[in-house]
Amino acid sequence: MNKWICTVCGYMYDPAEGDPENGVSAGTKFEDVPEDWVCPVCGAGKEDFTPEG
Amino acid sequence: MPAIEIKKDIYWVGVIDWNLKNFHGYALAHQGTTYNAYLVLDNKVTLFDTVPEKFKWELFHQIQSLIDIGDIDYIVANHLEMDHSGALPFIMDKANPEKLFCSVMGEKSLKAHFHPSDWPLEAVKDGREISLGKRTVNFIETRMLHWPDSMFSYIPNDKLLISSDAFGQNIANSNIFDDQHDLDSLIREARHYFTNIILPYSPLVLKLLDRVQEAGLELDMIAPDHGMIWRSHPDKILAAYKEFASQKLRPKAVLVYDTMWSSTEKMIRAVADALISEGIEVRVMSLKSHHHSDVMGEFSDAAALVCGSPTHNNSMMPLMADFLTYMKGLKPKNRIGAALGSYGWSGEAPSAMSRILEDAGFDLPQKPLRLQYVPGHEQLAVCKELGRALAQAIKAKVAS
Repeated sequence: MNKWICTVCGYMYDPAEGDPENGVSAGTKFEDVPEDWVCPVCGAGKEDFTPEG
Repeated sequence: MPAIEIKKDIYWVGVIDWNLKNFHGYALAHQGTTYNAYLVLDNKVTLFDTVPEKFKWELFHQIQSLIDIGDIDYIVANHLEMDHSGALPFIMDKANPEKLFCSVMGEKSLKAHFHPSDWPLEAVKDGREISLGKRTVNFIETRMLHWPDSMFSYIPNDKLLISSDAFGQNIANSNIFDDQHDLDSLIREARHYFTNIILPYSPLVLKLLDRVQEAGLELDMIAPDHGMIWRSHPDKILAAYKEFASQKLRPKAVLVYDTMWSSTEKMIRAVADALISEGIEVRVMSLKSHHHSDVMGEFSDAAALVCGSPTHNNSMMPLMADFLTYMKGLKPKNRIGAALGSYGWSGEAPSAMSRILEDAGFDLPQKPLRLQYVPGHEQLAVCKELGRALAQAIKAKVAS
């Protein structure tokens, strides 16, 4: 599973960890993260993320 | 203000904004502020950060008092917010440096601010080291502390950390070192600054402090971009940041309110009485007398927030809407909330305030409380009961 980077602030979404504090459980692929989820650090939307590498 | 040597051949060349009261339009700076810039005289003469555009000539004169500005080889932009970069285009023009360094995120920010066509820009990654001659500089990325572009510059030879906005305080004073002031007052101002600017990024602060510790960075001096330089107490401000960012809470409640005909104020005072009698420290703050940033400064270590507003045109008072918007954006964690207010005929304000507190992640152990028109003795007893219940929740929260 790919990690995704927030292009606005540099936060990395790691599917192994998810974002449980905001309702995304560990093991969730970025593609399966809800569309209204936002970067937990800066608030940018999913469309501002790019795959790592 | 003359330039001040802070370490051998390293000078503070900043400016003092003695009369500033409104910091960036959202927080109050009761004691003014400084915009610190630092000039290192080495084989490569290097300027770290600049000042607001309106002070560009003062920075120019500061630099000229030490060297010819054309002798600057490198400029480092640790943070692109205008209070540290506004004078950059002017200084770039006068100094014509060999290189301008910023972080990877800073490159985007810098281009979007100044649209430069021919600046010798070099984006540096986390951990990158450059040599100035006798010294080196290590760049440490500190994304979102508190902008994407933020970074630190560390000079190991002098054990000096130029820390951008982190560890700053809004204080204007010609004595620019920590040991020239009362330490408790400095830490208090640093807390106010942290709460109003850095609080939302607390988890990143904790990670950064761990990184600094793991890397075994020796810190003899921490030089922030606002306020006093930590020369004698770098350990104290590091420990304070750990405390601020971990949001260690005390048995304290901030009761923030607005009122029309003093009925909501009576309710708030009754709740405060009950909290006090249960041993909880309280701050009772009318939004007509206290700016939202000062309320947040007090709330920073308080376990509970009690919001009071009468119902006005089916909603809360405008100052309370302002406060709650501001407070929610700063993302305080692990707090208790309560909402109450007087009303005439519809009474929506307490539940409207409660919804915002819930969205902000507060625990609300008590239902929103509304009382019609002017509370009498029996109604105030209901407020006191709410205060006593809150006190128990606060004690449990602080003990956990």
